[in-house]
Amino acid sequence: MVATPNDDTKDTAMSHTPRTPPLSAALGAFTDASSAPADSAADGAVPAADSNPDGLDLSLMKKKKKKVKKEEDGEAAEGEAAAGGDEAIDLSMKKKKKKKVTKEEDEFAKKLEALKLEGGEGAEAPADENVQDGDMDKGTGIWQHDETRTINYDPLLSRFFALLAQKNPDHASSGTRSYKIPPPQCLREGNKKTIFANLPEICKRMKRADEHVTAYLFAELGTSGSVAGSGQLVIKGRFQQKQIENVLRTYIIEYVTCKTCRSPNTELSKGENRLYFITCNSCGSRRSVQAIKTGFSAQVGKRRKMQQG
Amino acid sequence: MSGATEIQNLKSRDPFAEADEDSGQTTQTQEYIHIRIQQRNGRKTLTTVQGIPAKFDHKKILKVIKKEFACNGTIISDTESKGMGEVIQLQGDHRIKIRDFLVDNESGLGLDEKTIKIHGF
Ligand SMILES: [Zn+2]
Repeated sequence: MVATPNDDTKDTAMSHTPRTPPLSAALGAFTDASSAPADSAADGAVPAADSNPDGLDLSLMKKKKKKVKKEEDGEAAEGEAAAGGDEAIDLSMKKKKKKKVTKEEDEFAKKLEALKLEGGEGAEAPADENVQDGDMDKGTGIWQHDETRTINYDPLLSRFFALLAQKNPDHASSGTRSYKIPPPQCLREGNKKTIFANLPEICKRMKRADEHVTAYLFAELGTSGSVAGSGQLVIKGRFQQKQIENVLRTYIIEYVTCKTCRSPNTELSKGENRLYFITCNSCGSRRSVQAIKTGFSAQVGKRRKMQQG
Repeated sequence: MSGATEIQNLKSRDPFAEADEDSGQTTQTQEYIHIRIQQRNGRKTLTTVQGIPAKFDHKKILKVIKKEFACNGTIISDTESKGMGEVIQLQGDHRIKIRDFLVDNESGLGLDEKTIKIHGF
């Protein structure tokens, strides 16, 4: 159910955040509230209120009222109340509830759990109202040591990933995350030419010279072209974005990524004997790459003129 | 891991092969068979196959291919291709089919797939 993954992630985030004891305390209160009703079914609404000491938003207040009403109405109305009370819960939840009508306490605990869940969901809305900001590293705002407010899920999650990246710098550069370049922008110039508008941007991203990429594009596409004013590449022939993209992809495999660790953080340099080498900045591996060769290129059009001329 | 260096360029027997190619001279050993595509006018394209080993009869290959792919084609002689060896040139995009033909053991040439490079988009 929805509650489970939510709680799980909270738990993980919590275990990775040793610097914020108040958080765990708050979460503890949260979990206590769910288990508490078995003991104190009569004042069921109270633990819910305790779990959110800051004074909950309106949505939760509403639910609290519903809760109280449910208690008064007793078992008879429970089915209906459950249906009305938690719109967010799926059918399976309701079914389970109906099955357990006999066990009042279980039922109540379940409902409280549902309430808690809804409170968690509702917390996303109030997050806009009382923004949980503050510097995580400096420990200000919500991250203050003696801060007792419950930290929202989103900042906790971002904190987890920030710490993960911080503590394991190798992680980010390993092959797990795919290498992304902006998609090539292709415009048509007239009927026979294609403009590749963001070539400089892509080259910058790949850390390769424009000329090198251009030479490769021309060699692979079997055509020629020129560079327009603002670094745009004018290619003879009609090409679609997808086609250019495919060529760029092979270029990245051939001339950008490290074959050993697959990191795109590499440098292309001209070594001795007119060989080009790719040096990986992540693992230090060095490999040679083929020089760009145009190979055979057929005479296209204007053949007669060429032969005569 | 670190410091590992593969030297692709030196795989061929003659380390100076590349230098020769750059200066436009014929090289004896060509590593790869290059299959390329070129745009002609409109939607029309050409497929060129460069570097099929000399032990095969290019004319016979062309004859078979033309029939099988239902396309016209021609052989560009070594002099015409400016020292890049005989090149088979076909009308239309037949890159995948040509590759399959070159690799096929029974009805094709049975070449190693690793020696074939398909270029283009
Ligand atoms: Zn590497």
